[in-house]
Amino acid sequence: MTETTYRDAIRQALLDAMQADPSVILIGEEVGLYGGAYGVTKGLIDLFGAERVIDAPISEPAIVGAAVGAAMTGLRPVAELMYVDFIGMTMDQLANQAAKSRYMFGGQIGVPMVLRTQGGTGRSAAAQHSQSLEAWVLHTPGLRLVMPATVNDAYHLLRQSLTQPDPVVFIEHKGLYTMKGDLDVATPDGAWGQPVIRRDGHDLVILSYSRMLHESLAAAERLAESGVDACVIDLRCLNPMDEAPLIEAVKRTGRAMVVTEGVVTGSVASDIAARLTEVCFDWLEEPILRVGGEDIPIPVSPLLERASIPTATLIHDTALWLVTRKAPPWAA
Amino acid sequence: MTLPTNSAPLARYRTMRRIRSFEERVGELFLKGESAGSMLHLSIGEEAVVGMTDAMQPGDTFTTHHRGHGVFLGRGADPARMMAEIAGKEDGYCRGKGGSMHIADRALGHLGANAIVGGGIPHIVGAGISYRNTRSGQISVAFFGDGAMSQGILYESMNMAALWHLPVIFCCINNQYGMGTRVDRSAGNRDFPARATAFGLNAARADGADVEAVHDAARSLAAAARDGRPGYLEIDAYRFFGHARMDKSPYRTPEEEVEGRARDPIARARARLAETDAATAADLDRIDGDAAVEMDLALAHAIGAKPPALSTMFEDVYAPGTPAPRPQAERLAAILGEGARA
Ligand SMILES: Cc1ncc(C[n+]2csc(CCOP(=O)(O)OP(=O)(O)O)c2C)c(N)n1
Ligand SMILES: [Mg+2]
Repeated sequence: MTETTYRDAIRQALLDAMQADPSVILIGEEVGLYGGAYGVTKGLIDLFGAERVIDAPISEPAIVGAAVGAAMTGLRPVAELMYVDFIGMTMDQLANQAAKSRYMFGGQIGVPMVLRTQGGTGRSAAAQHSQSLEAWVLHTPGLRLVMPATVNDAYHLLRQSLTQPDPVVFIEHKGLYTMKGDLDVATPDGAWGQPVIRRDGHDLVILSYSRMLHESLAAAERLAESGVDACVIDLRCLNPMDEAPLIEAVKRTGRAMVVTEGVVTGSVASDIAARLTEVCFDWLEEPILRVGGEDIPIPVSPLLERASIPTATLIHDTALWLVTRKAPPWAA
Repeated sequence: MTLPTNSAPLARYRTMRRIRSFEERVGELFLKGESAGSMLHLSIGEEAVVGMTDAMQPGDTFTTHHRGHGVFLGRGADPARMMAEIAGKEDGYCRGKGGSMHIADRALGHLGANAIVGGGIPHIVGAGISYRNTRSGQISVAFFGDGAMSQGILYESMNMAALWHLPVIFCCINNQYGMGTRVDRSAGNRDFPARATAFGLNAARADGADVEAVHDAARSLAAAARDGRPGYLEIDAYRFFGHARMDKSPYRTPEEEVEGRARDPIARARARLAETDAATAADLDRIDGDAAVEMDLALAHAIGAKPPALSTMFEDVYAPGTPAPRPQAERLAAILGEGARA
């Protein structure tokens, strides 16, 4: 067990995977000499050379498309998209090529690649550099989707992604790179596709992932002071996802909310809430709530940016409202 | 006291000096912790873009990349409103919604700065169709960096412009770097004008240390574009500082930077003006001083300006008078509020 950062855990996972498997290559903008826009790939080009750590021109569709072809022909590419906001440019290669190849071609041609990228708010990076677009990925059959929230998950989920037979989109959060935590390279927090209970409780379940997990945990601490005992579950893998532990927790508590940073409409939160409602309807005391980003582009003003995404306070107040039916002051 | 001559080269000198002073104040805004974020891309060293903006006419439109402050000042921007936008304030050009990378102003023909490399380029194709179809005589210019030379959409746009004889210009501000990648590490063949020529555009490359050379090339390209013969102009410049405010450029040598910064369009223009007796040293000093004062005021204005009210967050997602996004608090209250399910 060592203390490290989310950023270094990802770097360690890439390093270990590249050492263990010579077919793993990295391709993306500034991943080599520069060491990654957020420093994740620092030094890897010195260790593995320019044939395995490939600095690409600013050509996102071809970066992802090249990764698809490399994966088809025996390599294990990790393509990096500097910001998830650029995923739209690559959506054809991702959603029509990577995602569908195995199926369209009758199971012959799989695409075992990982697309690493990062998203989220917190840096006043404005509307085109702050989004949470995981719902676009979740909506595409054929793609796997992972969003680590902890240091240990950053390492292990990436290592696990690099053993998958199909394309995995691995979305980091720019606000977590400097977060410290324990890394145990021998022990993952959970198996591939398994949600993990980060805090147990019996009054309600808060389901979350990525940076919002930490806001949810902070909210749970404050809920405890208010006499409410929240269970906080980290979804981690959004596809595949074992729903059994979620169903168990929702049936046990009768109250649940899903917290995401992405805008609420058409979100991962919407989908999880719908799935759990279908299965747990008779056990529910209250509707399953979705708490997420406001349905707007991310504004540059730091004030507006902060107000547009959930905070521990919003999560705490909403959870308390859900459990006690006492309205928070801002609801007036 | 008025200046002896207000020749066009002197006016271009003044605009370049204002751009540099502005960008220096943007740096200060950041250091004071007053900017909205750190994604601030300064155009210091690229001021010769004024040679292109000066070749445009009122009514002409343009798009820029993320390093577009200089371009917009060249087209007549109010520095106080620009600085306020960079600080994320309500009276900024975009009400504090866009920031440094997303400044726009319809009145001055600025169709928008873009944080997606290449994102604004195809818009001039559409603008070109508008102007061609209405025979309006306007042109539209896309300003972008050398990094966008790697984006496929540039070539799709160039082909359409040539195919449809559109009144547009593709203006590449080649500052030799896309973040930490020097052009020789991003292009197999660096003859960018040849790419434009291959699509059937008029193409030119001009020395970015020489604003008059840029202007000469830009004038003839603009005249041809207005006539339905689209063009490509490359301004060969150097990015004096890091990519954004946090970047100390560890990937290049101090020697290279010294050499690059010696290609200073402002110093060059100053020397030329003094040589030709177009202005005395005292005149030029006064221009410099005026620019500094103007930009100090812009900085003070931005710092003192009001941040936007929280409720403005929901405005302008859609047009006024049409259904707006529903605030989350309202949605939650409709589920949990008193009597919501009575
Ligand atoms: C589509 C896209 N890819 C990558 C980026 C990240 N990025 C921002 S600026 C930049 C370099 C752009 O270089 P260039 O076009 O030469 O403009 P400069 O910064 O030199 O003015 C990169 C890679 C982006 N904003 N958009
Ligand atoms: Mg450049």
